[in-house]
Amino acid sequence: MSRLLPLVAFLLLAGLFGFGIWWNTGHDPHDIASPLIDKPAPAFALPVLGEPSRTVDKTSLLGKPYLLNVFASWCVECVHEHPILMTGVKRLGIPLVGFNYKDEPQAATAWLAEHGNPFDVVVADRDGRAGIDFGVYAAPETFLIDAKGVIRYKRIGPITPDVLENEIRPAIAALAKETP
Amino acid sequence: MRRVLLVLALCMLSAAVSAQAIQPMPFRDRAEEVRFQKLSAELRCPMCQNETLADSNAPIAHDLRRQVFEMMQAGRSDDEIKAFLVERYSQFVLYKPPVEPSTWLLWFGPLLLLAVGGIVVAVQVRRRARLAPAAPPANDNGDDW
Repeated sequence: MSRLLPLVAFLLLAGLFGFGIWWNTGHDPHDIASPLIDKPAPAFALPVLGEPSRTVDKTSLLGKPYLLNVFASWCVECVHEHPILMTGVKRLGIPLVGFNYKDEPQAATAWLAEHGNPFDVVVADRDGRAGIDFGVYAAPETFLIDAKGVIRYKRIGPITPDVLENEIRPAIAALAKETP
Repeated sequence: MRRVLLVLALCMLSAAVSAQAIQPMPFRDRAEEVRFQKLSAELRCPMCQNETLADSNAPIAHDLRRQVFEMMQAGRSDDEIKAFLVERYSQFVLYKPPVEPSTWLLWFGPLLLLAVGGIVVAVQVRRRARLAPAAPPANDNGDDW
């Protein structure tokens, strides 16, 4: 038995390392699970990009589910994500709200003019305070908010075709099945 | 001596650079500054995950430092500020996670390993003591080699 002890210890350690590798390939260690899932979205009232006198707040968006996409003109990954917003995400059949995060309004407007504007409305969070309430730390991020204003899903990082089909579309379908 | 001076100068240079990187806050007094430094060193930047809020130069760390500072100015306690951040960024932002069922392994795992190691050592020592003859060998003259 005592001769087997080193082997057993080795196997245990090997198992532990194997678990570590499996664990870290299964999920991105940079993704912090948002504690806001299934909690009411924070109240916000932000000016519309390009129309500073008009404000959009949380209550004005209640009544139907919508996607809130955090983007900025300085955000490199947002450029990579943008084509799928213009096509697949736009055709999901629910409003797509842009959340322009810590950006210069002129730069954001120019960015949307250059790449195309997939958003039904864009709100501007210039100083990032509303972003903190949403737990935003790395654009792009996308929230799915239901008709009652509850955050149901969050994607950190760009939406990929895989994420769109396997996460966002089923989540929206599940919302549609819920009795209002 | 010259080398010591050089090292000293380099240290000062790096201190000057890092002091410049992080914008100063308008603290009311020294105590508030110390409190802020202590608190921001206990909080983790969500973006650059191996840095504290105090050390990080990421934009989100800058914003969160501002948030912490403003909440301190508004008279909120350290616990309230931590709760505010945990509500939004999860316990990930705490470098010192609270003791609760999901963190028991983290807190007590090392103790558990130490106990297991201790038991293994104790068992081995006892077994060898039993196997070895009680009396020292006859030719033992106290010389180890």
